[in-house]
Formats: sequence, structure tokens, C-alpha cells
Amino acid sequence: MNNIKVHLESLNIHFGKTHAVKDISMDFPENSVTAIIGPSGCGKSTMLRSLNRMHDLVPSARVSGKVLLDNDDVYGKGVDPVGIRRRVGMVFQKPNPFPAMSIYDNVVAGYKLNSRMVRSEADDIVESCLKRVALWDEVKDRLKANAMTLSGGQQQRLCIARTIAVKPEVILMDEPASALDPISTLKIEELIEELKERYTIIIVTHNMQQAARVSDYTAFLYMGDLIECGETKKIFTTPEQKQTEDYITGRFG
Amino acid sequence: MMRSVFLRNAKNYLMTGMMLAATLAVLIPLGLIFFHIMKMGMSSVNLDFFTQIPKPTGETGGGMANGMLGSLLMIGMASLIGLPVGIFGAIYLAEFGGSKVSTAIRFSADVLSGTPSIITGMVAYTLLVVPMKGFSALAGSVALAMIMIPIVLRTTEEQLKLVPGSLREASLALGVPMWRTTLRVTLRSALSGVMTGVLLAIARVAGETAPLLFTALGNQFWGKDLTQPMAALPLQIFSFAIAPYEDWHRLAWAGALVLVVVMFGLSLTARYFGRTRTGE
Amino acid sequence: MPDTQTTAPPEKADKRINGDLVFKFVTTVFAFSILIILALMLAEMTSESLPAIRKFGHKFLTSSDWDAVQGNFGALPYLYGSVISSVLALLLATPLSIGAAIFITEICPKKVGAWIAPLVELLAAIPSVIYGLWGVLVMAPWLQSTVQPFLIEHFGFLPFFQGAPYGVSMLAAVFILMIMVVPIITSISREVLLTVPSSQKEAAIALGATHWETIKMAILPYGKSGILGAAILGLGRAVGETMAVTMVIGNSPQISLSLMSPAYTMPSVIANEFAEATSKLHTAALMEIGLILLLVTLVINALARLLIWSVTRSAGGGAA
Repeated sequence: MNNIKVHLESLNIHFGKTHAVKDISMDFPENSVTAIIGPSGCGKSTMLRSLNRMHDLVPSARVSGKVLLDNDDVYGKGVDPVGIRRRVGMVFQKPNPFPAMSIYDNVVAGYKLNSRMVRSEADDIVESCLKRVALWDEVKDRLKANAMTLSGGQQQRLCIARTIAVKPEVILMDEPASALDPISTLKIEELIEELKERYTIIIVTHNMQQAARVSDYTAFLYMGDLIECGETKKIFTTPEQKQTEDYITGRFG
Repeated sequence: MMRSVFLRNAKNYLMTGMMLAATLAVLIPLGLIFFHIMKMGMSSVNLDFFTQIPKPTGETGGGMANGMLGSLLMIGMASLIGLPVGIFGAIYLAEFGGSKVSTAIRFSADVLSGTPSIITGMVAYTLLVVPMKGFSALAGSVALAMIMIPIVLRTTEEQLKLVPGSLREASLALGVPMWRTTLRVTLRSALSGVMTGVLLAIARVAGETAPLLFTALGNQFWGKDLTQPMAALPLQIFSFAIAPYEDWHRLAWAGALVLVVVMFGLSLTARYFGRTRTGE
Repeated sequence: MPDTQTTAPPEKADKRINGDLVFKFVTTVFAFSILIILALMLAEMTSESLPAIRKFGHKFLTSSDWDAVQGNFGALPYLYGSVISSVLALLLATPLSIGAAIFITEICPKKVGAWIAPLVELLAAIPSVIYGLWGVLVMAPWLQSTVQPFLIEHFGFLPFFQGAPYGVSMLAAVFILMIMVVPIITSISREVLLTVPSSQKEAAIALGATHWETIKMAILPYGKSGILGAAILGLGRAVGETMAVTMVIGNSPQISLSLMSPAYTMPSVIANEFAEATSKLHTAALMEIGLILLLVTLVINALARLLIWSVTRSAGGGAA
């Protein structure tokens, strides 16, 4: 097993009176893909969003427990959430490129915030990031075109390029292929496989086949509780818990 | 070259502070206006204000009773003309209109409600005052009605469109004719929302001054004849405010207070209706 | 209630069809009344201003000679006053309004915003005569005693701040217009900003943007055209504003660079002179000013509505 990149220790998340994530402790190994599965409403997206402090925007949300990123406490005193989010990037369910920007500007949107950019440097970043998401050949002749002219699958790959341009260490993916057609989904899955060479990837999915295909480790959440986690192969072949078995064999959920 | 996180955060706080400052800059003058109307109005308004007509120049006291009556009469007349036109026009847009024609009408209504109200007064002047050979409350009412129509039309249409189609179909399937379905079912279920629009339109014209300048003209005395010049509260506020007499300024403040209270009352009632509809 | 029997006699059925036909006819006519009013406005204003258009031609727009006794009419001072007062008011009002709209929607706690927003809308509904009353009795004396002497003393070397402090002046008109259009621009901008999808904000935040960077990167570009529309709508309101400006601008048909001196606008001269115009030509000249005002505000409003519709409609369409 690789080094531990992200470590959760009795993580609890409340929204007002709802207890959405209950006392979860687990590890996410470096340079690997961990899938979080479970029926909808089980808290998997909520847990994912706590890893880069997206809940800071929701006034009623309360996060307690520890989230350690390389032993740095993500919720520690004086920790700037903006800095955390640069280390932990995120890709959303629906592709959300900035509609007022070109393809080129979308890729460097986040990068630009942090660095004073030289033109040639930006060109390099755009090319390398688009190549890494296998979009370069499709768009290299129209980098100045509006991002909304791309298809849904291309938009999602653009969003991934935008995320990796910031040079994060961890990439969170919240059902990144659920709004896409099967061919685009396949491309995203292949991409995830390649991205884990450089990044730690945590992906939420409701699609068990997808989890089995792309992930090295799998965590099964149910009603806010972590039921079981471990190597994907093991979870899908010889789960320890009855609930896990019932879920992956399609008996509920 | 890395940009300092410290500088980025500093800029964030700076801009947040500037937006707070902008908000205060927006609210402070408006708060001041409200404060002065309250302060000057409260000390000026008395029973005479509601029962007396203005005293001749030089005498103190008097009130704006004729202006309030005139405003009520003209708003009533304007509503009689404007509300049916606006509401029935909205029914056309919501129930019958082809999409292109409806869009053109909708767009024209939005544009029309932005034209200066003084133009409406000029048009009413050429259409009614000139042929009738004299300023009249009727011309004033027509000018106000022309302002009401686009507002009522747009708000009513929005409300009618919220009524689910299944409700109409249920009624039509029972063999109820279209016109009765529309009036008894569609319009009735949208009633509170339509009321909101009506009240807002009335609130808007209640304060209109410019369209009355050359239609109703104003009147120092009681005027109840719709074919004659008539006093109106906003007109009186205007002429008293720019007059050089302290006592008239006092009356103008009292008039402003009454007008603001009426308008806020109408707006709050409209909000109440709007709220019961959407269930907020 | 009629119609309790199951089979209606034939003539009754005919009556029903007629009822629907009549109903449709009435609603159609009333709906088209909007177009009729608009056409009527344009036709009346044009035909009534023909005498002035024929007599003065384009010189009407370039001459500043306005003499009812001699029968000479040139509208330049009014055009100048309208343009300067509205443009300056808009330049001051727009940044304030956008800042306030962003503050209400994005920064302050939701509960505070829920109070401020209806308050601003309520203020947008205050009649202009009341703004005028406050302007002439409270603001103008204050400008005369405090603001204008200060400006003249410290910035008097600039042509904009020269002359004597009159109180009623171009400066007073600019201020009162600014105060009046701010609630309008703020409330429409707020509506536009509310249509920005949260996915856009999340995208920026997840890239490690600060709150302000999120606003600059994701929120403002998305609502750009709608906010521009709101500002243009404010311009339309400022250009057409009659009562409040008439009460504070001093009504003097002069073209002066100084904001301290009194000026005049198109709606103000109509308000002051129309009811008392005796000669046909005088009425026609005022009608022509009205016509210019109508055309200008029609264009401004059409443009503004198109911009606002482009944002709020597409957002509504996307949700449906």
C-alpha cells in the first residue's frame, strides 16, 4: 500500500439538525483511485466536499473531527481554505466551464490566480494540460473559441484540465461522468486511470461497475456510516459486511 | 512568479469592505429621505390636513383634502380603464397568443413602462384636452391608465402562466366554455398574484405627477366634475414645495408623508398577497 | 347555475361558441392596445411637432436660442442638460449599485439580505415628487452651505467647480438622479446575480479562488449583460425623470461647464412651459423635445430589456 495522502479521523458533518456523515475514520492512499459508493443520500458527496472545505459556503453546515492532508489539519486554526483548495482540486457532476471565457482562458483560469503569468508559460500550460486530458487534438485549432461550444464530454475534460492546471495533489470527483454519454464516460474513466500516476484521486459514484473499473480502493457508505472500506477487488468479491454484499449484488439501493 | 496569498486575501478584504461601503452609500441617502419625511411630516400633519382645502396665499393653515379626493377619483377612473385592459390583455398573452405576437407585445409593454410619464401626459393632452377644449380630470385619468396598462398586463400574465394547464383542461373537459374556464378557474386561482400586480400598479400611479401637469392641471378648490381641472396630491406637493412659503412647505411634507404611507401600505399588502400565493 | 341538464339545446351551443369568440376578440384587442398606445404616442408626438420640425430643421438641435416671444426655438441647452445630468448620475450610481447588489446577494448573511432587498425595492417605488421635495428643501440648502463652498474653494481651479454656490444646480440634479436610479439598478442587478448558477461559483472556489476572485471570475462575467441592461435601464429612467430634476436643477437654459450653475433638461422645460405655451410654434417646439425624449428612451429601454431578457430568460429556460 502507498503512503497515506488523506486521513480522516472521526469526521462528523451536520446540516442544521441533520447528521449527514457519522464518525468516519479512513485513509486515502497516495497515487491511487479511491471510490466512494453507496445509495443516494448516504452522505458520500457530503463527505467528499468536506475534504476541500466546500462546506464553508453553507452557513448551516458544521464539520467536526479531523481531516489530515499529509499530516496538515485541513480544518486547523489559521488554515486558509483557499490554500487547501489549491492542493485539493475538484471536478463536479455537471461540467461547469466558465461560459464567458474561451477554452484557453478556462484552462488557465485557476492558475492565473496564483501566478503572474508570462504568455509563453501559459501557452505551455494550456497545451500540456489539454494533452493530459486528451482534448488537445480536438481543440488545438480553436483555443479562442467559447468553452460552451464544446460537447458535454469535452466540457468535462476541459474542467479536469482546468483543475490540474492549478497543480493540485488530490483531485476530488463528484460523479464526474453521470451527466455524460457512454463514450464520453469511457474517455473520462481512461483519463482517471492515467491521472493517478501523478495525483491522488477520490471519486464518488453511484455506478458500481464504474467503481469496480476505475478504483483501487472502495469505501461503502450507508446512511452516513462507513460500512466497509478496503481494496476494490476484495470489496466486490468477498465483502465482510452483509450490507455491502446486499448493495453490490443489487438487493437494495 | 508566485502571487502572495497575503496580498490576495488583503484584496479580498478590501473589496468586501468596498462593497459594504457601496451598500451603505446606497442606503444612507434613502434612509435620510425617509427620516426627513417622517420627522417633517409627523410634525406637520393634523386633522385640518385631511379636511381642509389650501388657504389662499399668505394665510396659514389649510390642508390637502381636495388633492386627496382628486387623487382617489382619478386613480379610481384610471383603474376602471386600465385594469380590465391590462388583465384581459394578459389573458390573451397567456391563453391565446402566438409566440411571436405575444413576445412583441410583452417587449413593447416592458419598453412602454420605461418611457417618461411626462410623454404620456403630452399624448393625453393632444388626445383629450385639445378636443375637449379644456384641462380635465378625465384626461388625467386616461394618462394614468396608460401607465397602468403595461404594468398590470405583465404581472397578470406572469401569474396566469403559473396556473397549471391540467386545471384548465379539467374544466374544459367538463364542457365549460373557454371564457368561463378562464375567468372562473384560471383567473381565480391566480387571483392573489394578480392582486399583487394591481396594487403595485396603483401604487405606481398614485405618486405620478408629471402626467397630470397638463391634463388634470390641479385645482385650488374642491373639484368633483370629471370634465373640469382637478387637484391631486402629488401635484399639490410639487407646487407647494417650490413655493417660497414656509407654511406651504409644511403642507408639502405632510402630503409626502401621507403619500409614502399609502404607497408603503399598498406595497406591503401586495407583498402579502404575493407571499400567500408562493407560500414563502 | 345554468346548464344542469345533460343535453343543451342547439341554440345554446351556438351561444357558447359566440361567447368564446367574443372573449377572444376582447382579449386580443386589449392585448394589442399596448401596440396601439405605442403607435399612438409616436404618431401624435410626430404630427404635433411637425410645425417646429419644418421651421427649424436640424438647427433645432444645434441652436441655444429659446425665445417664445420672438418665436425662435433651439433645444441645445436642454439636450446638454439632459445628457450631462443623466450620464454623470449613472457614472456615480452604477458602481455603487453593482457593489450593493453583490453585497446583498453574495456577501452579507442571507437573513440580512432578505431584509435589505425588499427595502431597496420599496425605495425604488417612492414617487419622484417626493425625491424632489427632499432635494429642494433639504439637499439643495445643504449643498449650498457645505458641499459647494468646499468644492469651489478647493477645486475651483477646475472649470467644473467655478461660480457661486446656488444650491439648486446641475450638481443637485446629478445627486438626486443618482439617489433615484440606484435602487432600480441595484434591484435589477440583484435579480440578475441570483440567476448565476451555484455550479459556477463552486467551480471558481474549487480552483482556490478567494471570495472576491470568485465574484470577479465566475459571477460578474455570467451576469455581465444583465447588469449592463440594468445600468442602461437606469439611464432611461434618469433621462426621462421630470419632477425631481425640475425641482432642483434651477431651470436656467444655459450651457455651462460648471456643475455649480443652474441648468435645464428636456423633461423640465416641458413640465414648466407646456401648459402655458400660447403660440402654436411654442407648443410644437416642446412637442419636438418630447418626441426626441420619447425616441431616445424607447431606444434605451429596448436595448436594456434585450440585455436583461438575454440573461434572465435563458436562465429560466435552462431550468425548465
